[in-house]
Amino acid sequence: MISNATPPGLFLAVVFGAAFGWLLHRGRVTDYNVIVNQFRLKDFTVLKVMLTAIVVGGLGVLLFVHLGLAKWHVRDANMLGVLIGGGLFGVGMVLYGYCPGTAIAAVGTGSLHALVGVLGMIGGAILYAYSFDWVRGNILSVWNLGKVTLSDITGIPPLLIYLGLAAVAIVLFVILEKRGSGR
Amino acid sequence: MSTHAARAGVSAAAPTGRIDWSPYMAGIGIGILSWIVFVVVATPIGVTTAASQVAGGVAGLFIGQEAVQANPYWARNPFRLDYGTLFLVGTFVGALASALASGRFRIESVPTVWAERFGPSAAARYAAAFVGGAIVMYGARMAGGCTSGNGISQGLQLAVVGWTFLAAMFASGLASAAIVFRR
Repeated sequence: MISNATPPGLFLAVVFGAAFGWLLHRGRVTDYNVIVNQFRLKDFTVLKVMLTAIVVGGLGVLLFVHLGLAKWHVRDANMLGVLIGGGLFGVGMVLYGYCPGTAIAAVGTGSLHALVGVLGMIGGAILYAYSFDWVRGNILSVWNLGKVTLSDITGIPPLLIYLGLAAVAIVLFVILEKRGSGR
Repeated sequence: MSTHAARAGVSAAAPTGRIDWSPYMAGIGIGILSWIVFVVVATPIGVTTAASQVAGGVAGLFIGQEAVQANPYWARNPFRLDYGTLFLVGTFVGALASALASGRFRIESVPTVWAERFGPSAAARYAAAFVGGAIVMYGARMAGGCTSGNGISQGLQLAVVGWTFLAAMFASGLASAAIVFRR
């Protein structure tokens, strides 16, 4: 393992980021039309990219953790924060047509409106920094379940959940492709 | 590009009737990238923590460094060129490279799906992008991460926070799109 604070780690940050940006573009999720049409249920590209990434990523990480080559990095389930924040995020993503990662990548593909939105994102982050004390006291601390996983709360072993997810993903993708769902 | 594809605002990457593998390939790629970052640098893919740091840096230009350091949020997440911020730089560079390599770099002010609903005004589009960007970032920070950091990185670990984020984001996004675009 390489520390992410050393020069090699910092170099890898750019390399891994570049891979991420490249993949987002090749997966066509740097396109405003693709993202918005996902929320209009006219285009399932976003779902395909995300679900595939989660299933493939998850099975591999499970294996590597099991082999002692990686650790889990599960975050606190601040339920009120994630529900309100996620709800706001959905509204914002439909208005903006991007999420933060795809937005930055989209700027790289020439999207001027994505760039304008980056200024908005900086504004939103500044707003958050100024409201942070209030949010931490009144929202984030209210309903925190801790670093729990779906396995923790259901009692189902992680591997079974992953395999179940993979099965759902495959069935879903077959249905989508048969329907000619729009890419 | 067929009329149907044009109306859906989707750039046709493959003829209709054939499966377009690019979302799945991108998803597999992002999944594998997640394995690599977990194992090599123990830093899951994420965007908004670094974005908040950048916002602190921007704020510093206007209100001065001391004011920024006095802010409880930025005191914990100061602006610096670290793994997170360099990952953002990489994301931009990778998408730029992919767009140039594929001949798909294109300056875009008003995307098709937006124009069909709201007309060709770039000012209107920029306003929505700015506001949407602010909301997306605010929501993401409250939720503890965006589609990359929460949805994919926490989702692939079966974290409750990740899956709750995905559910809230999609539900809110679907409702928002129905209202904004009237389907």
